[in-house]
Order: sequence, then C-alpha cells, then structure tokens
Amino acid sequence: MIMPSHGKPVSTVPLASLLGGTRAQLVRVDAATGVRARLVAMGFRPGVEVRVVSRSGRGPFVVAMDTSRIVLGRGMARHILVTPLAEDRPQK
Amino acid sequence: MDEAVESSGKAVFPAAAAPGARPPAAGHLRVALAGNPNSGKTSLFNHLTGSHQHVGNYPGVTVEKKEGTCTRAGVVLDVTDLPGTYSLTAYSTDERVAREFLLHERPDVVVCVLDASNLERNLYLTIQFLELGLPLVLALNMSDVAAARGYVIDTAGLSRLLGDVPVVATVASRGAGVEALADAVIAVGTGAHPIRPIPIVYGDEVDEELAKLTALLERQADRLAPLPARWVALKLLEGDPPVRQHVASRCSGAEAVLAAAEASSRHLRSVFHDEPEIVIADRRYGFASGACREMVRSTAETRHTLSDKIDAVVTQPWLGLPIFLGLMYVVFFATFRLGEYPMHGIQHLSHWLAQVVSGLWPAGSESALRSLLVDGAIGGVGGVVAFLPNILILFLAISVLEDTGYMARAAFIVDRWMHKIGLHGKSFIPMLIGFGCTVPAIMATRILENRRDRLTTMFVLPLMSCGARLPIYTLFVGALFPSAWRAPVMWAMYLVGILVAIVLAKVLRATVFRGEAEPFIMELPPYRAPTLRGALIHMWHRGWLYLRKAGTVILGVSILLWALTSYPRPPADVAGPSADASGPSAAPVQAQAAALEYSVAGRIGKALEPVTRPLGFDWRANTAMLGAVAAKEVFVAQLGIVHSLAATAAGPGAPGLEVALRRSYTPLQGIVIMLFCLLGLPCGATVAVMRSESGSWRWTLLQWGGLTALAYALAFIVYQVGSLAGWGGMR
Repeated sequence: MIMPSHGKPVSTVPLASLLGGTRAQLVRVDAATGVRARLVAMGFRPGVEVRVVSRSGRGPFVVAMDTSRIVLGRGMARHILVTPLAEDRPQK
Repeated sequence: MDEAVESSGKAVFPAAAAPGARPPAAGHLRVALAGNPNSGKTSLFNHLTGSHQHVGNYPGVTVEKKEGTCTRAGVVLDVTDLPGTYSLTAYSTDERVAREFLLHERPDVVVCVLDASNLERNLYLTIQFLELGLPLVLALNMSDVAAARGYVIDTAGLSRLLGDVPVVATVASRGAGVEALADAVIAVGTGAHPIRPIPIVYGDEVDEELAKLTALLERQADRLAPLPARWVALKLLEGDPPVRQHVASRCSGAEAVLAAAEASSRHLRSVFHDEPEIVIADRRYGFASGACREMVRSTAETRHTLSDKIDAVVTQPWLGLPIFLGLMYVVFFATFRLGEYPMHGIQHLSHWLAQVVSGLWPAGSESALRSLLVDGAIGGVGGVVAFLPNILILFLAISVLEDTGYMARAAFIVDRWMHKIGLHGKSFIPMLIGFGCTVPAIMATRILENRRDRLTTMFVLPLMSCGARLPIYTLFVGALFPSAWRAPVMWAMYLVGILVAIVLAKVLRATVFRGEAEPFIMELPPYRAPTLRGALIHMWHRGWLYLRKAGTVILGVSILLWALTSYPRPPADVAGPSADASGPSAAPVQAQAAALEYSVAGRIGKALEPVTRPLGFDWRANTAMLGAVAAKEVFVAQLGIVHSLAATAAGPGAPGLEVALRRSYTPLQGIVIMLFCLLGLPCGATVAVMRSESGSWRWTLLQWGGLTALAYALAFIVYQVGSLAGWGGMR
C-alpha cells in the first residue's frame, strides 16, 4: 500500500484540518526521512485509520490510532496527509 | 565476549543457530528486556528483579541503564532493562543505545515485551529483532487489557509464525506470568528450546536487491561480526549511517559494497517513488498486520475506552489547566506540610548524634578531629539529609503521576505554554522535580530528545526553588517579616524563580540555543492504577541520587568548608578556647565567631565586602554565601556561626538566630539575600551533574557564571531601587 508521491488522491487533506471526532485514513507523511521513520515506527503508516480525539485551539492534537493515543504538535499534523472517511458525527 | 562466533565461521547468534552449544543450566544468563515505550517493560523488570537492581549509564551517553538479577531454577538471570523504543533506527539516542547493546553485548536471551492490546505496532519492533537474529522470548504483556478489549490472541500460532519463539502472556502490573516467562528465558538461553530463524519477506524488488548485497557481504562475514550479513544489507538499503561507517571501516573493497548499496537504493527509489527506508518499514508493517489478522480475533469493538473518557475531561482546554494546577497544589502541599514532621525528626537525630560524638572528647576539648566530625561531617551531611523526607514525598508523588499516565497528559497540557517560552512540554517534568532537588532534575532532562531543548531546560533548572532553598526562605521570612506577610513573600520567591526561568529560557532560545523546536510527538499511555511497589522503586531511584550526593559531594565540600572556617586559628589572646559547638553559653560562642572572622572564610568574606556592598551584604552574609557555593543548605548553618550562634543545629527556626538577623538586616536586605541565593551560585552537586549530563565544561561554567552574574545584577537593582525608595538600606 505505497502511495506514489506524485499521484495525490483528490480528497487528500492535512490531518491538521480535521475536526475533533473525524476519522480518516492516512495517505502519507510529508517530512524529512528521519521524522517519517519515527512516525512510521509509532504506527503512522499509509492505510492506517486515525481518529482525531481532541484538538484545542492552536495547541497540539490528540490522535487515536490502533489502541494508542498520540499527541502531535500542530506543525506535525500539517505534514500528515489523510483522506477523511465517511462522516462520523463530529463530537463537538 | 567472542564466544558467540562459532566454529561455523559465520557470526550468528548462538541460541538461534546452534542450539545446545550453550553451557548447561547452572550459571548465569544475560537477559535484555526490550520493547515499546508504555508496553509495561519497566513494571515487568521490577517484578522480575524486585529490589535487586541498580541504575547506571550506558558508556558515553546519558541514557539510564537499569540492571538487576533474579534466580530461577538455579540459574541467575542478569537482566538489563533497555530504553523503550519504537524502532531500531539510528535517529534517536535511545534507539541507538538499545541497538548497540543488542549487537555488541549480545545478551543470551532478549525478552521482547509487547503491549498485547496494541499488537500490530509492537510486532513492528519484534520484526526488527527477528531481522537481527536475536534469541527472542515474547512477553505478551497487559494481556488482561487485551482480553478486556475483546482480543483473543492465538499465542501458539503466533509462536509458530515467528519461528517457534516462545510467547508468554503476562500481566506485569500484577506479576502474573512472570515465572513462566523466566522459564521460557532459561529454555531459550540454555538451548533447550531451539528457535528457527525465519526470513522476513519484503517483496520481490527489495528481496532481490537484498540478496545481491547479502551475497556481497557474506564473503567477508567475519569482518562484519557480530553483525549478520543480511541485516547489514538491509541497513545499507535503508541508508543507516552507523552501519555504512561500520562497513566502510571494516570491509575490504568497501567502496564497491557501498556503491552497490547506493545503486540498489536508487533502483528501489525509482520503482517505488519513495525512500527504501519507508518501503521496508511498510513491509514490516505488512508482516505485522498479516500476523495480527491470522492470530488475533477481535470479539468486540470498544472505541470509547475508559482512558478516552478520562482524557475527554482531563485534556479539555478549559478544565485541563485547573485540574493540572490543582494536582500540582496537592503535590506541593504534601511535600512541604507532610514532610515537616520527619524532617524535624532527622534534625533532632543529627543534633543528638553530634552531641554523642562530641561527648567522646572531654568538655572544652580543642580536638581538630572532634570539630571535623561534628561541625564538618555531621553538620554538613545532616543538613542535607534533613530534606530527604520532603524530597522522597515529592518523588513519590511524581512517580505516582508518571505511573498512572497523567504526567504525559500534563506535558501535553502545558506544552502550549512551554512552547511560548521556547521549551518543550516534556521540560515541565524535570522542572517539577527541580522543586525537590536540581540534581535528579537535571538527570530527568534525558526525556528530551533534542539537545537544544535539553540544554535550555538544564540551564534554567537551578532557578526552581529546590528543597535546600526552603530553610533559607523560612529563616529570613520568619525573622524579618510580620506574620501576615510571610506566606506571600515565600510564594513570591518561588514565583520569581519561575518567572526568571521563563525569561531566561526565552532569551537562551533566541540566542545561544536558537533553532527549530523539536516536533512534538508523544504517546499518551493509557491510564493505569499505580502500584505501590512500582512507585516506591521509582521514588527510591531518584531519592538515592540525592542521598549519594549527600554522601559524596556534600561530605567532601563540608569538610573543605570546615577547614576554611576553622583555619588559621586565632592566637590565644584574640579568642578564648574554642567551645563545644552545642554549648549554650554566650561567651564561648562569641569566641567562635571571632575565630571564624580570623579564618580563611572570614577573610574572604571581608575581602568581598566592596563587591557585595552594593547588594547590601555584610561580611557575614558573604562568608555564609561561601557555604552556599558548596550547597545551599550550608548557608543557614554558616550564618548561624557568623552570627555568634551555635544553636542552629536545632533547626532553622531557632529563635536566637532570628533575633540576630533582625538586629543585622532590614527586610530589604533579607529579600536581596534570598534573591541571590535563589538565582545565583548553583551548588557544587549541580555543577558536577551538569558537567556529566551536558558533557561539557563550557556549558557548565557558562551556567554557573551566567546565573551568578544574573543574580548579582538583579540583586543590585532590587537593593539600589529599594534603598532609594526608602524601603530600608543597610543597617
């Protein structure tokens, strides 16, 4: 499940743009190889389903993935590209 | 260490390739615990080794190395708890340390601890262990949580899939499965349970390149030892810098090998439009999720776990901060109020000990040894140990907050504010510890991955009012301020330290440690009920650092200070016979003060008067401040002596000293002295630990000099402005 970097699906958006409660499928991470490798090792691999647990104003994000909860800085969340999945009702 | 290079000539791990070649059951097995952060690895370690553990450092790096032993069926297991990692890349210190240890120390058995409720990601790391051909045992930890979430794991099937690696279900928080785990470790370590090496398949393209490179490397496998050739090939494709270096320095024709690796990487990049490293990582996940699909049955979908419900409240923007502040208040209340009672007990005990030791000499004896023991050793070390209860309570509270999983949330809650001042959310944890003692706080900065973040945090840590500042504040505030003012002034001192730390961190981040802030990525562990055993063990580890400081640095410095304050002795006509330190009568005490004035310390204090007069310090304060250079807690004891009062051993609240202070200093002077003690002169132990943790004398001296200069400047401003405003100049 490798997404070629040139073939961006139309509906790809940064994780940072999602509302709390939204589920999405990870497409790819746009970052330096080191940061990407680290994110992959933590579970951020293409195809995985993530859910935005909470986001506070301009503060960091909490994301649910598998059974783990991971906090991401806002900058990081801008570099993670996802396809939103069929709308769950946003929690807010 | 070369026992693993077997006669086959190939550098492989013996338990995996040559079962039965190991010595029989009697003896030692070296066991490493590895796994993801939050997999319950430490808790398992605590259960395996109990109190038989000690903490050290890996050589060259400041990553904590925990070792312990346990005995099972006549075999002694020497267990090392490796740092928790998600991967075995060369990107972070923790991962490099874990990898180096596994490669070069070659433990007899590696226990891979997995969070059974998050198996896929945990298997990702396990696969990297399999790539290394390590003699593995899998601990499926938190299997109760997994079961509660509706996961049914086929452990026998998983074991088969991974090459007959033993798989043991454990619940480390309760100690369940620990004995079965130890048995499996012994079975693998002694070769009784052979493990079949399994190849990980990365897909045709990668496997093809991998095979080419492996063939190239296998010709000189002996030079690569102890690294398996296929693993080296894999790492070359991933572009791993340490492995490239290893090959470049060890292999003949290294250029050809590296060029071949480069060509293979290029090829893969053109096929996949992505870095080979990411492609390989993806394939590992493929294997892991395949294993999970086959071996894990999920009977229920539980999306809203209890952890999420708690988080919905605790990390909520408007409630999160008040809850955080409330918890911090409870922590500090417990630390300072509950700690008071045992603290007084210890003070009485050291006073009693001083009297007993004194009593070994006839009254009025001038024995230098007696003075050394009583005034130097017992007085100095006793002063430090007196704060042990406060510090242990603080550390216990911190351990509980960490073990429940709240600390990660706290770092998340304060991250926004910490970022504004140029620090990292995680910097907050060492800062909290800093209110107990700067030494373990500086060590706790190890959780920060970025060196700039870490150094900035270390720099400002001495500004957190540590336990040793407390008696100074107590003494001056009690002596110089009316009771209604005491609590506010006390809090103001803590606040000033925090505010100066904020400003300083911002300045450092904009100048010396300029650079991008580390992207904030942190896993929030699920909430867990803390165990008393775990919390006590963690408390003790940190408390021990503090005690060791009392036993080594402070003891040495106390003796040095004692010498400085005792010699040269005044001629007989200047002072009478030096008196018993605990003697109540005034005359011998005055003689003692005269002797102190005559000593090296007294002379230095006098010589410094021109420098410190603009701050409102007299020579007595200077002399006492010399003590603070060694350890802040010495300041009060020294001040007692210079003010002709020996009764300080009874505690900082001794009324006599307060009267003397009221006679000598105005409240303004008191504030300036407290301010200087707060901001300047990081203590000897801080200097020592800063040197070892920063790895540089330059930063250490810059910190010492910088903070002291800052203290001088601020004290100068406060005193001069205060005097001009008529708030009370020098008396």
